Amino acid sequence: MSTVTMIYAGMFYIATLLLVVGLAYKIFDYSRTPAPLKIPTTPAPTTQKGVVYRMAKEVVLFESLFKSNKWIWVFGYLFHFGLFLVLARHLRYFTEPVWFWVGIVQPFGKYASIMMVAGLAGLLARRFLVDRVRYISTPSDYLMLVLLIAIGLSGMLMTFVAHTDIVALKGFFMGLMYLDVQPVPQDPILLVHLALVALLMVIFPISKLLHAPGVFFSPTRNQVDNPREHRHVAAWAARLDQNN
Amino acid sequence: MAAAEFDIPEIKDDIEVPRLREGVMAHAKSFIAGEAVQSFMGYPHELGEDWKERALDKMGDLLGKYRSLKVFLDACVHCGACTDKCHYYLGTSDPKNMPVARQDLMRQVYRRYFTPAGKLFPKLVGAKDLTKEVLDDWYSYYYQCSECRRCSVFCPYGIDTAEITMAGREILNHVGMGQKYSNEILGKVQKIGNNLGLPGPALEDTLEGLAEDIEADTGVAVKMPLDVKGAEVLLVTPSADFFSEPHVESLIGYAKVFHAAGISWTLSSHASEAGNFGLFDANYDVMRKVAMRIRDAALELGVKRIVVGECGHAWRVAYSFWNTLTGIGYGGNDPFSIELQKQLDPTYPQPQHICELTNDLIKSGKIKVDPSANDDLVVTYHDSCNVARASRMGTEPGGQFAIPRELIKSVANNFHNMADDTIYESTFCCGGGGGLLTDDLMEVRVKGALPRATALNNVVKEHQVNFMATICAICKAQFTKVLPKYGFDMGMVGGVHQLVSKAIKLD
Repeated sequence: MSTVTMIYAGMFYIATLLLVVGLAYKIFDYSRTPAPLKIPTTPAPTTQKGVVYRMAKEVVLFESLFKSNKWIWVFGYLFHFGLFLVLARHLRYFTEPVWFWVGIVQPFGKYASIMMVAGLAGLLARRFLVDRVRYISTPSDYLMLVLLIAIGLSGMLMTFVAHTDIVALKGFFMGLMYLDVQPVPQDPILLVHLALVALLMVIFPISKLLHAPGVFFSPTRNQVDNPREHRHVAAWAARLDQNN
Repeated sequence: MAAAEFDIPEIKDDIEVPRLREGVMAHAKSFIAGEAVQSFMGYPHELGEDWKERALDKMGDLLGKYRSLKVFLDACVHCGACTDKCHYYLGTSDPKNMPVARQDLMRQVYRRYFTPAGKLFPKLVGAKDLTKEVLDDWYSYYYQCSECRRCSVFCPYGIDTAEITMAGREILNHVGMGQKYSNEILGKVQKIGNNLGLPGPALEDTLEGLAEDIEADTGVAVKMPLDVKGAEVLLVTPSADFFSEPHVESLIGYAKVFHAAGISWTLSSHASEAGNFGLFDANYDVMRKVAMRIRDAALELGVKRIVVGECGHAWRVAYSFWNTLTGIGYGGNDPFSIELQKQLDPTYPQPQHICELTNDLIKSGKIKVDPSANDDLVVTYHDSCNVARASRMGTEPGGQFAIPRELIKSVANNFHNMADDTIYESTFCCGGGGGLLTDDLMEVRVKGALPRATALNNVVKEHQVNFMATICAICKAQFTKVLPKYGFDMGMVGGVHQLVSKAIKLD
């Protein structure tokens, strides 16, 4: 087995471990931290079902962002929806036989990469062009977009310009999944693409990418508006009642 | 010390998003609380040697107690959606008044001390050490936020800057940088029973005087009862209603409603304040202590219903938090809440907003009104931020918008809304909420009122509006002081029950 294969196999095992453990810890940490007060941003749903609907609109349609700023919505939506299709397309490297719907999504996933990179480019342009957004941007905000664009462009290069050996690539990932490491194709564009993805996986649980799990824990969006009907008390706050 | 001179912004045709001007509001600082005020609250009054450790300890404590704070500090992606949503940014153009930048004042410290990325690569992720300069920025800009939640409507993750401002102020309290205005009020309400420090006998005199005035005015003996045991309703209202103009006109309105409907009611000298400045800092204990006065008064007087007068943040605390804090509400299955809930009449919402009560009475024909009594007025309605985005009225979401408007339209014939993006959930704060209603922050208050003044100006021009109704004591006090600087008559601001008071038929 070549050194490159060993490095990439080790890299993906470590990156996956950090991603899973890191995210699991953050989700555990969010769920154990109480929300002592009812703070839904109103008007808010008065039933749990309504909350599911509100959250679905937020996650699927970016409803609040749509109300807020059409440019950010367009770019953000292009990016996220493009990314979703691209990721779905990539499932073919991890499933054997390839799931039915993953087969259907292939051509869409191919061109979705253009949406994804266009959206990212728009978001990056805003960081330079809008004075308010420029003011709040940190180096990591720019680099995150650059990283995602680099992942997208390197992937597009392999899809549209210089094909890589995807059969061998699939062998590599299936091998990782079944703990039977197979050689990684030594194509420079692919190696760059894979290294950047591993980096993104490592960064995920320690960066603003936490907005993905975070939105589900946002009390202003996930609470039911029923404080007069139901008494809501956090464990640490309930102790105060006993002293009266 | 007189406040510095400043220019009054010019009202344009539309609300414009200004280009940013860094640091232009850094000088705006409210007075810091002195020793007496701070020690009553259990806070130090000056920075000790160990202020940094105390600040970080408190931050860790709050991060463990409030999921909102933890999630909000992590989740922001700096997308910029909120940057043009805060009335203080729109009015001042200081970038630190953009919600995300205000949050970042704390987020930079959070990242530095509580996250691996900020510990390892502070520059990369915009993490900063907690220094005296950072703390001074906190004091400046966490008191240029009225905790109105407008940004939280527009954030794709629902990040509510108010939660971060509250935490920031609480940390400041713990290192000895409390705000004089808010903490003084929190002292008064706990020692005397109301924010204005009006003692029981003075309150009794005031109420008697008001009852005499009403009788002289209408020929009807409308009562202003205080501490009446066995009354059906306990009315809890902001203490400004007892003698500030135009607030008192609404108090007269409530009294007339109870009289006309034949509902026995009382005020309480122990709980002569609906306002709860404990909301403004992340100090659950203080907010709970202040709210407990209402529970105590309700138990003591044996009332069946609890009704809240026109006050925005008070209604947020009452509607959203009273059940949690004090058991005023339904659904409790612990001895503490059952003790009170078995006493309350389950056919009414508890607590109930005075607008819900009056609107129901008018709709069911139990009280009669003559809207032509308000024909001299062309009315608009300012949605108060805490009512709009942190509470509800009635049974349906959005009742907090529909019910006050329905009530206004039943007592006045001429009504026009302001522009849609300035009302309902997008309403602009008056500029004086959240502990900013103090003369030492006049510049912030005046500039923060610009978006509302702009929207008002447009309906004045288009529809000859001459009265802006609102249901918040802070809005009323703020607007009567600040709108004249923009050329409006202070008399054009008043309560919804001021309109009810004019239109109601007394027998």
